[in-house]
Amino acid sequence: MTGKGGTGKTTAAAALALALAAEGRRVLLAEVEERQGIAQLFETEALPYEERKIASAPGGGEVHALAIDAELAMLDYLDMFYKLGRAGRALRKLGAIDFATTVAPGLRDVLLTGKVCEAVRRKDKAGWPVYDAVVLDAPPTGRITRFLNVNDEVAGLARVGPIYNQAQSVMRVLKSPQTAIHLVTLLEEMPVQETMDGVAELRAAGLPVGAVIVNMVRPVLLADVELAEVVSPDGPGAEAAGTGGGTATGSGSGRSVNGKRRAAVAKALSQAGLGGARRGGVAERLVDPLFAQAHEHAQRVVLEREQRAEIAALGLPVRELELLGDGVDLGGLYRLAESLRKQAVAGTVPDPGAPTGTVSDDPEGWGSGSIAGTDTSTGTGTGTGTGTNGTDGTETNEVDE
Amino acid sequence: MSLDSPLLEIDPLLDDLRTRIIVCCGSGGVGKTTTAAALGVRAAERGRTAVVLTIDPARRLAQSMGLTELDNTPREVDGIDGSAGGSLHAMMLDMKRTFDEVVVNHSDPERARAILENPFYQSLSAGFAGTQEYMAMEKLGQLRAQDAWDLIIVDTPPSRSALDFLDAPKRLGSFLDGKFIKLLMAPAKVGGRAGVKFLNMGMSMMTGTLSKVMGASLLRDVQTFVAAMDTMFGGFRTRADATYRLLQAPGTAFLVVAAPERDALREAAYFVERLAAEDMPLAGLVLNRVHSSGAAQLTAERALAAAEALEDFAEANGGPEQGGADRGGENLAAARIVDHRPGKADAGTPDGTQDRTEGDRQAPSERLAAGLLRLHAERMQVVARERRTRDRFVSVHPEVPMVDVTALPGDVHDLEGLREIGLRLAGAEEVAA
Repeated sequence: MTGKGGTGKTTAAAALALALAAEGRRVLLAEVEERQGIAQLFETEALPYEERKIASAPGGGEVHALAIDAELAMLDYLDMFYKLGRAGRALRKLGAIDFATTVAPGLRDVLLTGKVCEAVRRKDKAGWPVYDAVVLDAPPTGRITRFLNVNDEVAGLARVGPIYNQAQSVMRVLKSPQTAIHLVTLLEEMPVQETMDGVAELRAAGLPVGAVIVNMVRPVLLADVELAEVVSPDGPGAEAAGTGGGTATGSGSGRSVNGKRRAAVAKALSQAGLGGARRGGVAERLVDPLFAQAHEHAQRVVLEREQRAEIAALGLPVRELELLGDGVDLGGLYRLAESLRKQAVAGTVPDPGAPTGTVSDDPEGWGSGSIAGTDTSTGTGTGTGTGTNGTDGTETNEVDE
Repeated sequence: MSLDSPLLEIDPLLDDLRTRIIVCCGSGGVGKTTTAAALGVRAAERGRTAVVLTIDPARRLAQSMGLTELDNTPREVDGIDGSAGGSLHAMMLDMKRTFDEVVVNHSDPERARAILENPFYQSLSAGFAGTQEYMAMEKLGQLRAQDAWDLIIVDTPPSRSALDFLDAPKRLGSFLDGKFIKLLMAPAKVGGRAGVKFLNMGMSMMTGTLSKVMGASLLRDVQTFVAAMDTMFGGFRTRADATYRLLQAPGTAFLVVAAPERDALREAAYFVERLAAEDMPLAGLVLNRVHSSGAAQLTAERALAAAEALEDFAEANGGPEQGGADRGGENLAAARIVDHRPGKADAGTPDGTQDRTEGDRQAPSERLAAGLLRLHAERMQVVARERRTRDRFVSVHPEVPMVDVTALPGDVHDLEGLREIGLRLAGAEEVAA
């Protein structure tokens, strides 16, 4: 899961992990930026470099979490592949590990993504994957392609040798159909632009793009005819909206038609018990600020529709998450997860704000199609270096960005 | 019931010729870049010779300031009203190029070439966490040294955490001073001193291990890189320290930018505390995207209740049966603001009420009024929420001057929009509805 800063990608990643964990599945939610965003979200203490259960999902599922630290991942790696337990620690003391992970960001990314891929491939004693899915709260859109494309990054540093081999094997997982890179955005110009750029980059690098997740979607509270009426510069709201309100005594042209409309609205407000409708009456004085607010709302809706159209043009599955007004708490997180599940099952998104918006219908939207609980049987476990995984192919690895 | 904090007065800050640097910091997505650009426009049009250093502006915002390419040099912004004698330049930071310039300027050509071509340098200069922050500081130091502007406005990078900006110089410094780097360079440096034997032993053990892990050619690249960077290390540190002191100087003003959201204000609070701890001069907090209402006297609850009443009425009236008309209560019936014909009646009926004569492009007035009321209720809820979030910050940091900048419905991408933001920053905007 990637996205521009501030779009809520950690929230989206956590919601996806919860959604994928439903019905008894086991999901790993990992973060790599040493931000402890997962711990904050789940309201637990800081996560160590160790997988631990942080949440239960409906139907007996579990979400485990891991904060991947590059230095520790390197020690892990040294230990696993070279049995360098003590020497590794000595290197760390000398600052060699810090040096290696700092001086070569590519190396760092190999380690971080390598740890994720290790979790993806890990099997229990019976040969079953330990995790049904792995969701990665990844670096932001601006850095995602670099981060995942460790192959290119490392090619500049090491053309042969163990690090090169490690990078190759990571890339095999990341470019396989087991992986889907989802992008989180808001219906605002900058995040959408960044999403478009990110998708283009990922595609150019041959990395599998998943869905676009539109986060913090706000409700549209006016019907289309009403929106059309208040958005136009000559609409009844014009006098109020233009100057920021206050000047209710609009002069000249607007008076005839809009004046009537305003008077009618004032009357309606008055009938609803909000005061007098006559000029200067309590209800009448509400009309201008209310129209000004509606005008702003309509302008925003128009902008949002433009952004939706841009997103639709990408031809990717689109999922939407509502704005949680009071901030994201655990309850809200479960609601978002439920919403993601429903959308994946339906394959489409109820699209409150944009009757014109297109929503791609892609049952594979989550990479391995696992969110709907439909096991894939594509045997995509190749490329992990272990051949086909010998199970029935239910391994669904969400290396979500 | 809301808490008050001192007002952050932007114009006096911009007009004070002793203000030489303004740093806009805060977490990502709160409008830092826009704020920096708007301050630049306002300062220039009030007579300052200003330059804005942006890190990663949105494309259209960049275009609005004439920044079509990333060429790492300040360009004059067209369209600024220079009648007060001011001007505005703007530049986008090119991190890699800035790093390259540092290398070229601080080492002899042969060494510079060796560094620039080294694969580790290429990796480091493009992606090392903190490089962007460090290079922003470096560029700030350069602009200040050029002395061509009397006000430099800096937008800080969209870091993981707002604090990275302050930590970057130290972090790079301590990294470059690291034991391991010393060790890698040890054979060359330590010479005949005591302990060389031990170091060499440690070195050979280590290089053995390292080359096993990384491969020998990779290790050789690292060593070349470190040796080549060696001469520059001192310079890095000196300049990082100088920039740090520059930030503490009285001519510098930090503006923490935030939005009235929990996370953004939490970051802002961290930043305020951190600036105090580092003796960095905080001018105040810019709270962006604040909502207000011109009809604040009408509460969300009353608006919703009224909207429901109107909708019930419209429902009753919109149905195919006329009988429903009277159910709206005698008030409505008496006022005859609703036409009693069946809802689907065509608009052409000559005796239609005013609502209908305008064609069916319009919703009945009660529906429209109900929609307006629902919008208002939502707005009031947003206002209340923002107020609570803001108050939480103010109760912890009551001394921090603050200015609210009301939300614009769309993104800003022209000078006009930046001027509007500037007005709002200065607290001079008309009360937005």
